[in-house]
Amino acid sequence: MMINLLKKTLILTILLLPVMARASLEIVITEGIDSARPVAILPFSFNGTTRPTENLAEIVAADLMRSGKFSPLSRIKMPQQPANSKEINFAAWAREGVEAIVMGQINEIGIDRYTVSFELIDVLKGNSGPNSQMLNAGKLVTSNEHLLDSRETTINGNQFRQYAHRISDIVYEKLTGERGAFLTKIAYVLVRPANEFPYQLVVADYDGVNEQILLRSKEPLMSPSWSPDGTKLAYVTFERRQAQVFIQDIYSGRRTVVSSYPGINGAPVWSPDGESLALVLSKDGNPEIYTLNIATKALRRITSHRAIDTEPNWSPDGKELVFSSDRGGNPQLYSVNLTTDTTRRLTFEGEMNLAGAYTPDGNTIVMVNRTQGQYHIAKMDRQSRYLQVLTKTNLDESPSIAPNGSMIIYSTMHGSSQVLALVSMDGRFKARLPAIDGQVKSPAWSPFL
Amino acid sequence: MNLNKVVKALLVAVPVMTLAACSSTSSTSADDANTSQAQQVTETVQVETAEPVMSPAEQMRQKLEALRQENTIYFDFDRATIRPEFVEVLEAHASFLRANPSVRVTIEGHSDERGTPEYNIALGERRAQAVASYLQNLGVSAGQLSTVSYGEEKPVDRSRTETGFAKNRRAVLVY
Repeated sequence: MMINLLKKTLILTILLLPVMARASLEIVITEGIDSARPVAILPFSFNGTTRPTENLAEIVAADLMRSGKFSPLSRIKMPQQPANSKEINFAAWAREGVEAIVMGQINEIGIDRYTVSFELIDVLKGNSGPNSQMLNAGKLVTSNEHLLDSRETTINGNQFRQYAHRISDIVYEKLTGERGAFLTKIAYVLVRPANEFPYQLVVADYDGVNEQILLRSKEPLMSPSWSPDGTKLAYVTFERRQAQVFIQDIYSGRRTVVSSYPGINGAPVWSPDGESLALVLSKDGNPEIYTLNIATKALRRITSHRAIDTEPNWSPDGKELVFSSDRGGNPQLYSVNLTTDTTRRLTFEGEMNLAGAYTPDGNTIVMVNRTQGQYHIAKMDRQSRYLQVLTKTNLDESPSIAPNGSMIIYSTMHGSSQVLALVSMDGRFKARLPAIDGQVKSPAWSPFL
Repeated sequence: MNLNKVVKALLVAVPVMTLAACSSTSSTSADDANTSQAQQVTETVQVETAEPVMSPAEQMRQKLEALRQENTIYFDFDRATIRPEFVEVLEAHASFLRANPSVRVTIEGHSDERGTPEYNIALGERRAQAVASYLQNLGVSAGQLSTVSYGEEKPVDRSRTETGFAKNRRAVLVY
């Protein structure tokens, strides 16, 4: 008895240690879990001798929960532990309100090689047919209608986490009709004032795991932006005590200066075709929006106004830029058509609107809205111009949209720390990613990888 | 006689070293050189004879020290206008820079943490430029002035209170 308990404690400790050492971002859901759809992710069965260190079912369940759309059933509430899909008691799962089940197995097939298979089962369809059998051309056959997806793949021991996110993507897409964004990354700037190199450019999985520092600097780093192929970051560095824009290959570490004019070199954002950067230069006296062809270095000046023009962001078709300008007295969002050079004011509500970004479908613009001195993340429908404030947090800034348009990651205050937070596009689901140590800012969600 | 020569050599060397250290904005090693040199002076130099000869350089150093004590201009929220209470400080910097045309100064512009980092970079630049043009209007050569904006990236007070915000909305003259 005692030995058993000791064993369990030891196993638990061993399992938890690597997770705790790694995860400097841990997600706390702050609002919206009750509106989520119940699903069940069963523990994967294992055949072999060396168990993988990562728990597939736990990663998938965490992914689906964090999407704000699903509420995975806790293990103690599961009515049964079926060994395969034929053993599923659909009625029992339906009573728990579960609408879909993910189950699978892991087979060790060699040294550090595993075959992983899984099935996604629709509980309602499985429950409706009598024993899921039906008549087809006069013959009684087993219906597979309840089987929404099933896959098998072979991976190495270090690919479990990645494959778990892949399973989450498949499940999410089957159940929502929208592509999943679990196999994505975030880039952000970490500030630890007491460190020898206080400013760090960091890339992590979207859930904060596998944090990798790409650059350490004694001077500020700002505004990371992903290349559309997900291999490079453009960012601003003050390492020469002036602002410069660099492009860094995240895999080779190779860095190149792309903009180093006198004054501001800021807010670089990659064009959807990957050929240009939109950026802000003040070389002619005050901040203006430019586009820079990365290969030819050709600059095109887009705005020409004595006010502040900044924070350019591309429309998904690359034909338009949204930007912030205080040309009307206080900062508001404007758009400029890159073919006709026509500029339009987009926002009129609130004391300020800043940091505009198009959703992937181009129909909505996400921004930072200031109303009665409060800075919140908001979105505006482009057709109706209806503006909706999505967050209630404090000093929100730097919104970045997931490539499937489902979520916004942004920087906000929690206590006296600057942290990252998530809000779903409908504003119903909210979560926080607290940093254990330091201030986290300027998050940038990667494209699909 | 020999000692006198050493003293004279030092008298020339010390102000040069001091100036070099002053014109450097960053490096801590320059500060170290400065202090070790100063220690050498106290060990080997007859201070009484040195004082009258050193005085122009010494005076400049003292002025610079005084200016460094008062090198920060504060601004109102979302504004880059020089408030009347900072006119005197800027006049002192201007007269020093006019008298020492070889001295260069970098004006750092900063903002508080409200609003977005990109807009705050622009706001910080406006503040640095406001100080630069004020100094130019007082006769300082444009070639002596450079500006850089750090926006909200280098707050001096991270409390996120009104007092903290007010301390962070600033331009700093760095010699």
